[in-house]
Amino acid sequence: MTATTRDTMTNSTATAASPEARTAAFYELEPHHHPEGASTMLGFWIYLMSDCLIFAMLFAAYGVLGGNFAAGPGPKDLFELPLIAVNTAMLLFSSITYGFAMLVMEKGKVRATQGWLLVTAVFGASFLAIELYEFSHLIHEGAGPWRSGFLTAFFSLVGTHGLHVTFGLIWLFTLVVQLSKKGLTPANQRRLQCLSLFWHFLDVIWIGVFTFVYLMGML
Amino acid sequence: MSDHSTPHAEDHHDDHGAGHGTMRDYVIGFLLSVILTAIPFWLVMTNAIADKATTAIVIMAFAIVQIVVHMIYFLHMNTKSNNGWTVMALIFTIIIVVIALSGSLWVMHHLNTNMMPMPHDMGQLP
Amino acid sequence: MAIEAVDHSHWSPLLGRLWWDAIPPDPIVWATFAGVMLGGIALVAALTYFRVWGYLWKEWFTSVDHKKIGIMYMVLGLIMFIRGFADAIMMRLQQALAFGGSEGYLNAHHFDQVFTAHGVIMIFFAAMPFVTGFMNYVVPLQIGARDVSFPFLNNFSFWMTTSGAVLIMASLFIGEFGQTGWLAYPPLSGIAYSPYVGVDYWIWSLQIAGVGTLLSGVNLICTIVKMRAPGMNMMKMPIFTWTALCTNILIVAAFPVLTAVLTMLSMDRYLGFNFFTNDLGGSAMMYVNLIWIWGHPEVYILILPIFGVFSEITATFCGKRLFGYTSMVYATMVITILSYIVWLHHFFTMGSGASVNSFFGITTMVISIPTGAKLFNWLFTMYRGRIRFELPMMWTVAFMVTFTIGGMTGVLLAVPPADFVLHNSLFLIAHFHNVIIGGVVFGVFAGINFWWPKAFGFKLHEGLGKISFWCWVVGFYLAFMPLYVLGLMGVTRRMRVFDDPNLQIWFVVAAIGAAVIAAGIGAFVLQVAFSIWKRKELACDGDPWGGRTLEWSTTSPPPHYNFAFTPVIHDIDAWEDMKRCDVAAPKSGFLDIHMPKNTGTGIILGGIATVFGFAMIWQIWWLAAITFVGMIGYSIAHTFNYNRDYYIPADEVAETEAAAHGQPLPAGA
Repeated sequence: MTATTRDTMTNSTATAASPEARTAAFYELEPHHHPEGASTMLGFWIYLMSDCLIFAMLFAAYGVLGGNFAAGPGPKDLFELPLIAVNTAMLLFSSITYGFAMLVMEKGKVRATQGWLLVTAVFGASFLAIELYEFSHLIHEGAGPWRSGFLTAFFSLVGTHGLHVTFGLIWLFTLVVQLSKKGLTPANQRRLQCLSLFWHFLDVIWIGVFTFVYLMGML
Repeated sequence: MSDHSTPHAEDHHDDHGAGHGTMRDYVIGFLLSVILTAIPFWLVMTNAIADKATTAIVIMAFAIVQIVVHMIYFLHMNTKSNNGWTVMALIFTIIIVVIALSGSLWVMHHLNTNMMPMPHDMGQLP
Repeated sequence: MAIEAVDHSHWSPLLGRLWWDAIPPDPIVWATFAGVMLGGIALVAALTYFRVWGYLWKEWFTSVDHKKIGIMYMVLGLIMFIRGFADAIMMRLQQALAFGGSEGYLNAHHFDQVFTAHGVIMIFFAAMPFVTGFMNYVVPLQIGARDVSFPFLNNFSFWMTTSGAVLIMASLFIGEFGQTGWLAYPPLSGIAYSPYVGVDYWIWSLQIAGVGTLLSGVNLICTIVKMRAPGMNMMKMPIFTWTALCTNILIVAAFPVLTAVLTMLSMDRYLGFNFFTNDLGGSAMMYVNLIWIWGHPEVYILILPIFGVFSEITATFCGKRLFGYTSMVYATMVITILSYIVWLHHFFTMGSGASVNSFFGITTMVISIPTGAKLFNWLFTMYRGRIRFELPMMWTVAFMVTFTIGGMTGVLLAVPPADFVLHNSLFLIAHFHNVIIGGVVFGVFAGINFWWPKAFGFKLHEGLGKISFWCWVVGFYLAFMPLYVLGLMGVTRRMRVFDDPNLQIWFVVAAIGAAVIAAGIGAFVLQVAFSIWKRKELACDGDPWGGRTLEWSTTSPPPHYNFAFTPVIHDIDAWEDMKRCDVAAPKSGFLDIHMPKNTGTGIILGGIATVFGFAMIWQIWWLAAITFVGMIGYSIAHTFNYNRDYYIPADEVAETEAAAHGQPLPAGA
C-alpha cells in the first residue's frame, strides 16, 4: 500500500489492511535525503522583503518631509545630475559583473569567480566613493542632515542604501576568502547566490532613489 | 499554494530556489537597464518635456519598467522557484509597501492641509 | 515630593554619561535592587553548588533544539511578565491612594517610568516571548519536522530577545527608563524633552530584541513552507500552524517598520536630525503615523497565534474536528491583510479630517467580521461536542466571553466621533486590557496547561490551576470594569494624582482586582512548583488529552529528534486519523538521523549586543565601537565554520525509542 492509496480508502478498509501496511502508509520508512540548505534561498528572499519595508519607510519619510526646506537649500540648489548619472552607471556595471561572477561560478571556475567578484567590488567601492564625495560636499556647503527635514530624510534614505552597499562589500570580501579556503562547495555557492540577490536588490532600490529623489527633485 | 499528495514534491525544486541566469539574460537586462536609465536622465537634464507633471509620470513609468527588468533578468524571478512562494512573498511585500507609502502620504497630506494652514517655510514666520 | 531636576550632563571619554548620579535616588529602587541582588547571588550560589552550570550551558543555552528554545522563551516571558505585573500593581496602588491632596507613594519621575515600563515589558518581553515560545515549541512538532529551517538562527534570535530584556531590566537600577508612555511619541521623546538615558534604553532594548523577533519570523515562515511532512499540503496544516504562519508573515512585514522608526528617532536624538522635531521641518505626527503602521499589525501578531491555541484546544476538548476549518484559514488570512489598513484608528484625533477618519473607521469595523467568524466557529465546534471542562477548555470559555466584550468596546472605539470622546481615556485602557488579557493572557495560560504535559511528561495540578483560573477571571473583571466607568466619566490615562474624591472608590475596586489577579499569578507559580514536586503522580503518556495533531503522536517529552520516522499525512488532524486507522508506530528499522550541532555563537553574540546597547545608551563610544566591530567580526568568523551537523546513529535512536515506549518518563529525570 503506497502513501497515496490511503486517500482513496474509507476508514474501514484502512483498518482492514495489515498492521504493517498501515504503518507503511503513515510513516516514511525508507531513508530520505533532505537536501541541505533547502530553505536558505527562500529565507534570504524573505529577509530581503523585510529590508524592502525599511526602505519603504525611508521613502515615506522622504515623501512627507521632502518639501520641508526650513528656509534652507532645496534639491535644485544641491543635486548634480551628471554625478548621479556616473554613480548609477557604477552600480549598473557592478550588477552585470556580479552576473558574470555567477555565470563562471556555475561553470565551477573558482579563480574567475573571485576575479569577477573583485571587479564588482571595485565598481561598488567607486559608487560609495562618489556618494561619500557628494555627502561631504553637501555638508561642507552647510547642507548637512541637521539643516532641514528635507535634508534629514535625504541623507537617511541615500545613506541607508550606502550602508547596505558597504555591508555587501564586507560580505563580498568574506566570500572571496571563503572561496580560496573551501572552493565552490554547495554551501559557498548558496552564499554567492544570496549575495547575488542582495546586490541586485540594492540596484532595484537605487532605481527608486535616483527616480524619486534626484530626478523628481530636479523637476 | 502547493497542492501535492506525493511525498516531498517540493524537494525537486530545492536546489534551484533562486533560478539561474544565462549570459543572454544578463546582457539583455544590462542593455535594457542602460536605456531605461539614460532616457529619464536625458528627459530631466534637457527639460525635453515642458510640462513637469508629465515628465514626472514618464520617469516614474520608466522606473517601474526598469524595476521589472531587474526582477526578471538579474533577480531571475519566476513563478516556479520555491513553488511560487518567492513570487507570493514579493506580491505581498508590494501590497504592504503600497499601502504604507500611499497611506502615509495621504494621511500626512490631509493632516498638513487641515492642521497647518501656514507654509512649511519656518523662516518666514515672525 | 517633586524632585529637583538633576543635571545629568556629565560625560567622560572612559565612562560616557555613566557616573554616580546614575543610581536612582529612590529607596523603593534600592530595596528592589537589594532584593534582586540577594536573590541573584542565592541563585548563582545554588547553581554553582549543584554544579548545573555546565548542564545549563551544554543542554540549554547553546542548544539549537527548537523545543528547548521554545521553553526558554516561555521562561523569559514568565519572568518578564512578573516584572511587568509588579509595575501594574504599583500603578493601581498609587492611583487608589493619590486622592484628596495625597501624592500617593510614587513621585512623578518614578510613576512615569512605571507606566512606560509596564507597557513595553508586557508587549515586547512578556507577550512576544510567550507567543514565540509556543510557535517555536509546537510548530515543528505539528508539521512532523525535526527542527526549524535555521536552528542556529533560532538560538541567536532567542538571545537577542533576551539581550533586550536584560537592557530593560538594567534600566531599573542604572539610570532611568523612559517616561514617555510605551510608544515614546516625540517631541516628548526627543532630546529636548528627554535628555537623559530613559528613551535610549527604550530604543536599544527594542532595537536589539527586534532583530531577534524578525529573524525568528523568517525562520518559522521557512520552516512551515519547506519542512512540512510528506502529504501535508497547506489545507491539511493544523490550524495553530496556519495562525503561526500568518503571524510570522506579519512579523516579517511589520518589524522592519519599527526598526526604521526607532532608527529615525535615534538619529534625531544622537545626531540632531530633524525627522520628528518641532522646528526645522520635522514632523512629530509622522512618527505617530509610522509607528502605528507597525503597531497595529503587532496587535494581531499577539492574538493570531492565540486564536490558533484556542482552536486546537476547542477541537481537542470537544472531541470534534474544528468547525469551519477552511473559513478559519481564510479569516486568518483576511485579518493578516486587513491589519495593515486600520492603523490610523489609533490617532483619529490627530486631525486628518473626515475622509481619512471615515476610511480607517470603516476598515476597523470590517476587521471585526473575520474575528467574529472565528468566534462562531469555536461555538459551533462546542455545539453538540462532548465537552470536557479541563483547565485549557475553561480558559477557552473565559476567553470567548471576555474577548467578545473587549471586541465590542473596540468596535465602539472604531467610530471616530466616539473616539474623539474616549481617546486616551481609561475606557481605552480598559478596552485593550480586555482584549489582551482576555485574549493573549488567557490564551497563554490555556496553552501552558495544554502543552505542558507534552513538554515535560506530566500534567499540571488541576486544583491549583482552577484557583489560578478563578482568581484571574474574577480579578480581571474587578480590575478593569471600573476603568470603563471611569473612562466614560472622562478620566484620562497615565494620571498620577486625582482631585475628585468621588472617583476614588472605582480605583480602590480596581486595585482590589489587581490584588486578586496577583493571587492568580501566585496560584499559577504554586501550581507549577507543586506539579514538578508531584511529577511522578501526575505523569502522563504521549497523548494525555486525546489530541488530534501530530505533536501528540510522539512521546512526552518528545525525543531530541522529535520523530524517529517522519509521519505521512493524509488528513487534517493527522494524529486523530492515525488513531482512527489504528496505526502502530514502527518498532524497528531505525535509521541514522541528521541533526544540527549546538553552538555557543548565539549567546556570545547576544552578550556582545547587550554590551553594545549599554555602551550606546551611556555614550561610551570606545566600547560601542569595539563591541560593534566584535559583533560583525564574530559573525563573520562563525560563517567560517562549515561543520555544523552530525548524525544520531540508528542504534541510539532505537535505544531512545525503546526506553521511551517502555515506560513514560517524567521530565527532569
